[in-house]
Amino acid sequence: MEKRELTCIGCPMGCMVTVELDGSKVRSVSGYTCPRGKTYAIKEVTSPTRIVTSTVRVVGGTRTRVACKTASDIPKGKIDEIMAEINAARVSAPVKIGDILIADVASTGVAVVATANVGKG
Amino acid sequence: MIYDVIIIGAGVVGCAVARELSRSKGAMLVIERSEDVCTGTSKANSAIIHSGYDAENGTWKAKLNVRGNRMMDTLSKELSIPFFRIGSLTVCTQEERLGELEQLRERGERNGVEGLSVLSRDEALRIEPHLADDVVGALYAPTAGIVCPFRMTAAFAENAAENGVEFRFGEEVQHIARDGELWRIETDREVYHTRAVVNAAGVYADVLNNMVSSHQLCITPRRGDYLLLDTTVEGYVTHTVFQLPTTMGKGVLVSPTVHGNTIVGPTAFETDDREQTATTEEGIAQVILKQSNSIKDLPIGQVITSFSGLRASEQGHDFVLGEPDDAPGFFNCAGIESPGLSASPAIAEMIAQQIREKYTLKEKQDFIAQQRDIVHMKPLSYEEQAKKIAQNPAYGVIVCRCAGVTEGEIIDAIRAPLGARTLDGIKRRTGSQMGRCQGGFCTPKIMDIMTRELGIGMEDIRKNGPGSHLVTARTKGGDE
Amino acid sequence: MKQVDIIIVGGGPAGLSAAIAAKEAGCDSILILERDGELGGILNQCIHNGFGLHTFHEELTGPEYADRYIERARALSIDYRLNTMVMDISPERVVTAMNRSDGMFSIQAKAIILAMGCRERPRGALNIPGYRPAGIFSAGTAQRLVNIEGYMPGRQVVILGSGDIGLIMARRMTLEGATVKLVAELMPYSGGLKRNIVQCLDDFDIPLRLSHTVVNIEGKERVEAVTIAAVGADRKPIPGTEERYTCDTLLLSCGLIPENELSKSAGVSLSGVTGGPLVNEHFETDVKGIFACGNVLHVHDLVDYVSEEAQHAGQAAARYVQGELDATGAVVALRAQGGVRYTVPSTLCVDRMDDTLTVRFRVGDVYRDSYVSVYLDDRRISHRKKRIMAPGEMEQIVLKKAELAQMPSLRTVTVCIEKE
Repeated sequence: MEKRELTCIGCPMGCMVTVELDGSKVRSVSGYTCPRGKTYAIKEVTSPTRIVTSTVRVVGGTRTRVACKTASDIPKGKIDEIMAEINAARVSAPVKIGDILIADVASTGVAVVATANVGKG
Repeated sequence: MIYDVIIIGAGVVGCAVARELSRSKGAMLVIERSEDVCTGTSKANSAIIHSGYDAENGTWKAKLNVRGNRMMDTLSKELSIPFFRIGSLTVCTQEERLGELEQLRERGERNGVEGLSVLSRDEALRIEPHLADDVVGALYAPTAGIVCPFRMTAAFAENAAENGVEFRFGEEVQHIARDGELWRIETDREVYHTRAVVNAAGVYADVLNNMVSSHQLCITPRRGDYLLLDTTVEGYVTHTVFQLPTTMGKGVLVSPTVHGNTIVGPTAFETDDREQTATTEEGIAQVILKQSNSIKDLPIGQVITSFSGLRASEQGHDFVLGEPDDAPGFFNCAGIESPGLSASPAIAEMIAQQIREKYTLKEKQDFIAQQRDIVHMKPLSYEEQAKKIAQNPAYGVIVCRCAGVTEGEIIDAIRAPLGARTLDGIKRRTGSQMGRCQGGFCTPKIMDIMTRELGIGMEDIRKNGPGSHLVTARTKGGDE
Repeated sequence: MKQVDIIIVGGGPAGLSAAIAAKEAGCDSILILERDGELGGILNQCIHNGFGLHTFHEELTGPEYADRYIERARALSIDYRLNTMVMDISPERVVTAMNRSDGMFSIQAKAIILAMGCRERPRGALNIPGYRPAGIFSAGTAQRLVNIEGYMPGRQVVILGSGDIGLIMARRMTLEGATVKLVAELMPYSGGLKRNIVQCLDDFDIPLRLSHTVVNIEGKERVEAVTIAAVGADRKPIPGTEERYTCDTLLLSCGLIPENELSKSAGVSLSGVTGGPLVNEHFETDVKGIFACGNVLHVHDLVDYVSEEAQHAGQAAARYVQGELDATGAVVALRAQGGVRYTVPSTLCVDRMDDTLTVRFRVGDVYRDSYVSVYLDDRRISHRKKRIMAPGEMEQIVLKKAELAQMPSLRTVTVCIEKE
């Protein structure tokens, strides 16, 4: 049995929630005050996800970097791999919000999209 | 080539001497170990032109302070140096010591200071309403003033350069020795020969002197911490307010600066480290504590920065000026502590005169006394500002919003003779980055202008000396 | 002199939202003056997500959130000038500004909306002893360098202050390859959102040291190390608790200050607590026709609230221009007490208020299981239990006109925290 302690991010309370795990199976959740805490804790220990935001190189633009994000949540464990692909990427100006910069980042099936506009320089 | 004069140190004294000497013909060079003028003692001090009552009668300090003070009117006009004769008050908080104010007044009069008077508490309050409750009287010195020490030093340097004096920055003098009739100066880069040497090396002046003379000097750097208050406090104190020294120590001054800030300090800590310009918790606490002895309810919470500087205090407690008898041609300007800034024009006048006479340097017919006009937008009326923008649209773009400095002024500072090459150089020349946000907003914008004007990369931009880079790399591993 | 109905000083989230609302309320003559080269303000460099949950019911990044408003303003043909710095605002509502192409110019406005935002508290204001080398940045400056300019301010980072920008930058610097050694926070609690502590620090094993501060900075040219120490209840460092961290960068995230230099020149009275203007229920300052909203008024935690507040200010300014916001009736003071640091607005007029009025405030400490109470003079009309309130998060109550109107002699509305 594995015990995991985490802080709920649902509100400023920041409840310390304890989850007991048997392999990948949740055995018990304790320490939360409201149902949001329980839901959050279970998701956080079984399949934590995040949105990654960063920048991508722009060629021939008014700026040399454009802001980007993963279009939806990605598995937390993939952040490093995703950053490596983002760091290697390159896009030509002009770039518009929503433009797909990487179609399927780190085999997640999720795209990396531009979140800012950069005109031709 | 053989120089007529080599000046070591581009602080206020070195640059003032260079400017005075540039009235004469001859090959002259200033060697400065740091990257810009005015980076040592000249940069971090009270920014005061003292009236000259304080020093003992007959000392160099007394004589040259009073003379230097008198020279400031002409100099500030010729060289566009921000200088305001706001007057000083030296306040006394103990009834039984009021007599000491009289003694100071008499000493000042013997030194040649004009207009001194001892004021009662009420008289003092009439011109400085926020004096502390304990203040019982004050010595008023109307000739005292405030100055921008950096502009003063830079103006001397730029004018000297315009009149033909060479400057080498980032070069450190390592050895000085006689070489026949000449002096041989070895730096970390080159070897020079010169007929005369001016030692204006600040806290290192004893080291240079001791290379060539048996009359050994000993300089102990004395660190002083200061606090600078926001321009929101402007007008709270309108004179330079000193405290009469007590058995508890010298007290701190509270004074307006030419930029509209209020300066409070200094402390006095002796150190054996000639580079120790770190402020300390103790020092900052002392400044905060002591200011209340002279000023009531000063909004000390409006502090925007603290800094500390070193005074080059020589064991004889006076300036050491001129040639030691065993080193003819080696002219000391050593032990230049307070009132060194005030005395610097007079020190320069005297040393330059000695050199001119000794080497019969001829007067230059085409000497340019007038400094080019430096545009400062903020003090101008809106009509005048509009005119400047019409001439040069870059004056219409505010880069530093706290101090109201425009892109045009920053470009001017870079393009000037001996122009700025670092962020601190731009700061000191323009007043940017030193307002209430301390460069938070304008630093990236100024860096951008520097890359354009100097043709350098962002990674090459430094705050001041080598190693003071602002950014370490491009994101994404570079490889654009 | 050129005349405009409403001049909006600042084209960030507050200015944009106010402009759109004023236009939609029927005011056609609107001009936004923006000092930067683009609209959107500081949101442009806030490339992380988490914006807009209240407004758009989706999570946007800063530039995306700004873009929604910029597009709307363009669609409404709202006039704006970029790279334009307002130099002065007179109490008679003459705005003097300058830029490269127009030079120095003055415009007479019928109403002005102040939306200049805020700035970060610099190192100097914190009295941190030590040297003054390169490598000390406010978190926002570092954010601009990394996200907009594409440069790393350093490789080994210590962060002082756990405000949200500091936390966000801990994650950004880490993702871009730097090592963030720790975040030190003077207070016994963080000023940032819980979510940011988890996702920006815990995710990357960055320690947060509460009740700690920086007591020394080493390095003459570039930062080489900083020393942190624990602080006692008096927030003074405790000798003997010093720990030295080698690093090349110190980021400061130690609070935001509303930028009200222009407000002062217009004669607007400021709150000693928020640093922003004192406003009434329509976000009007004590200078007639001058309104304020966004972080220039008080520092917000969420941009959604900025937009909402600015929308109200924009509508009010439009009504003022249309002559519908005449002052009538007695002025009621809003009083912050017992743990409530301030309220926005700070006065209201029952006759003139809308059916409901949202009053925003912040608390001065962490309160658990406490009540937010509202008193009309001596009568308590609301007593709402909150599990937790923290200084980092804005709180709000809603006042109803109908309820207030029942007390014709009402002088004071008090908002306070009560233990029971």
